[in-house]
Amino acid sequence: MEPATKTKKQVGLTGNSAVAYAMKQIDPDVCAAYPITPSTQIVEDFSSYYADGKVGTELITVESEHSAMSACIGAAAAGARVMTTTSSQGLALMWEMLYVASGLRLPVVMTVVNRALSAPISIQCDHSDSMGARDSGWIQIYSETVQEAYDNLFQALRVAEDARVLTPAMVCMDGFITSHAIENIALLDDSEVKDFIGEYRPKRSLLDVDNPITLGAMTLQDSYMDFKHEQSKAIAGAKAVVAEVGKEFGERFGRSYGLMECYRLEDAEAVVIVLNSAAGTTKVAIDRLRDKGTKVGLLKPRLFRPFPHEEIASALAGTKAVCVLDRADSMSGFGGPLFSEVRSALYGRKGCPPVIGRIFGLGGRDYTVEHAFGVFGELYDILEKGKVEKPFGYLKP
Amino acid sequence: MATLKELSAKKELFSGGHRLCAGCGIPPIVRLILRSAGSPVVATTATGCLEVGTSIFPYTAWRIPWIHSAFENAAATISGIESAYKAMKRRGNIPADKEIKFLAIGGDGGTYDIGFQALSGALERGHNFVYVCYDNGAYMNTGIQRSSATPFGSATTTSPAGEVRKGKKEWRKDLTKIVVAHNIPYAAQASPHNWRDLEKKGAKAFNCGGPAFLNIISPCPLGWYTKSEESITAAQLAVDTCYWPLYEVENGVLRVTYKPKEKRPIEEWLKIQGRFKHLFMPENKWLLEETQKRIDAEWQRLLEMDGKHVF
Repeated sequence: MEPATKTKKQVGLTGNSAVAYAMKQIDPDVCAAYPITPSTQIVEDFSSYYADGKVGTELITVESEHSAMSACIGAAAAGARVMTTTSSQGLALMWEMLYVASGLRLPVVMTVVNRALSAPISIQCDHSDSMGARDSGWIQIYSETVQEAYDNLFQALRVAEDARVLTPAMVCMDGFITSHAIENIALLDDSEVKDFIGEYRPKRSLLDVDNPITLGAMTLQDSYMDFKHEQSKAIAGAKAVVAEVGKEFGERFGRSYGLMECYRLEDAEAVVIVLNSAAGTTKVAIDRLRDKGTKVGLLKPRLFRPFPHEEIASALAGTKAVCVLDRADSMSGFGGPLFSEVRSALYGRKGCPPVIGRIFGLGGRDYTVEHAFGVFGELYDILEKGKVEKPFGYLKP
Repeated sequence: MATLKELSAKKELFSGGHRLCAGCGIPPIVRLILRSAGSPVVATTATGCLEVGTSIFPYTAWRIPWIHSAFENAAATISGIESAYKAMKRRGNIPADKEIKFLAIGGDGGTYDIGFQALSGALERGHNFVYVCYDNGAYMNTGIQRSSATPFGSATTTSPAGEVRKGKKEWRKDLTKIVVAHNIPYAAQASPHNWRDLEKKGAKAFNCGGPAFLNIISPCPLGWYTKSEESITAAQLAVDTCYWPLYEVENGVLRVTYKPKEKRPIEEWLKIQGRFKHLFMPENKWLLEETQKRIDAEWQRLLEMDGKHVF
């Protein structure tokens, strides 16, 4: 049977509008959010749906992002399906509560519209916000396009609420580049969304007053580590659930999702690894270079937390040189976060290719097809010279 | 209003065996508040003595649904719980006639200071919940550091009585007044020694239909340097000296709910507490006089507002 949406008419939506529309279709019980550029429009659009009575949601217009996440935690502990959104400083302000949400195993789902962190202040895109939250115990799914941001939200909800996972999830997309760009996307029908996400019925809830629970208890040396161990196993296990849900999404709606996207990777010698919208730019460069007979390819991780280390290492078997592009600097003096993860995934593998890391696009600096050419040029230099001169650094402007 | 006999016959929702100190003011406050609700209660507690003392895993003193999430966000957390209740009731996931009350509790640190913004936000948004502040006048859980509720002149570990500086030099923040300025239906000050007044205020708070706030003085033998068995006396003296007036603001009208027949001098409250010991040295007499003057003026202002619309 032809998947229903495959033939549907496409509509032009910005990333923010598409996410707000997805939230309307999901119709969560509670949304607590605080506006911040560039994700503001999601809160505004959703507020309109709320004002028009198009959602059954209780919208909490909190006084800060810290309170947004705190209210989400309270609502999720009360057994509600809960969503929110933020960017940059907002996510940074939530930082403390991100750990509480994941530690209490509450499946809150949040769209993060990626924006640089201060100082200096910038409202433009980079990934320092979500990368700063990479160890917070949240699942992180990255989106190249508006369509992906829209599709990922439903899948993130399914994964987060899965009884095997029960872990909050963030769906990331690039500020302005994706959030404010209009793309043609295929929408799901409301009934398709309802069928796909199902009802959320947690086993335990604060509102079950006849069966009182104590949540967020104080732990000592005899138990804290065991809670963390259980949490660690759950998020590691989320990888299989992300794959399973991505496959089911494809079977239902014609757009399949895996843990990563491999673009012309099969016989590639030189490979770029990059998250989100820059993958699109890189694909254009790859097509042009392939036309000239160069064997280049792309690996775009979709899932960053948990990190699909085995799958990435396997996908890179046979490649000769890899450049990881990071839109965030971890200020470690040792490259960006994605670079560290990829190198670590490859370490000890037979025939491990040289891996370099380049920081690019901070604070919204452009990343063009020419930049991608430059990166592939660097990789071919390494192949020619047989050595890596600069393992990590900043991409030349 | 419940009699003592009726109150004692009510189900105990806060179990004994918790690890709060002997003489701590918090347990009697919580037990009376939970008795005053009249419906099932879901509670959240800010990080602090109450949270630490009642929830050491795998034990719990709470016989009601209870959550702790962080220090500064009890009011925001309860906002989420109360909103979930509203949404799920609207969708029919909770029966329409199922009445649940919502309670957030914090110390003066979690309420006056770090949780102040979240409290103000939740009051302004009009969630239907009761916020109880147990005000023991310092960050007692972390070892008696000053808060904005710490009384003038009090020695704490971050405002010690030294050679040059004699304890806290600032007057305490009048949080009850600030809360009243949010135009909420009910706000009051109470004390555990006057259980009748406290229980009555609890019942009013839970049934006023909107956000309600109770600021309750909570004796702390550890931080006040008082004898455990004198806690309730210390609370009574705070009220009888008019350091801690008992009053309420109900739908904008202020009422002083207890007027001491004989207003006691402030020294009587201060002298039983080790934290004010230095004030009784002859060279610091002026600090005592200053305290008395200010308390007299504030009490006078409160009496002038008694029975009047304050907003």
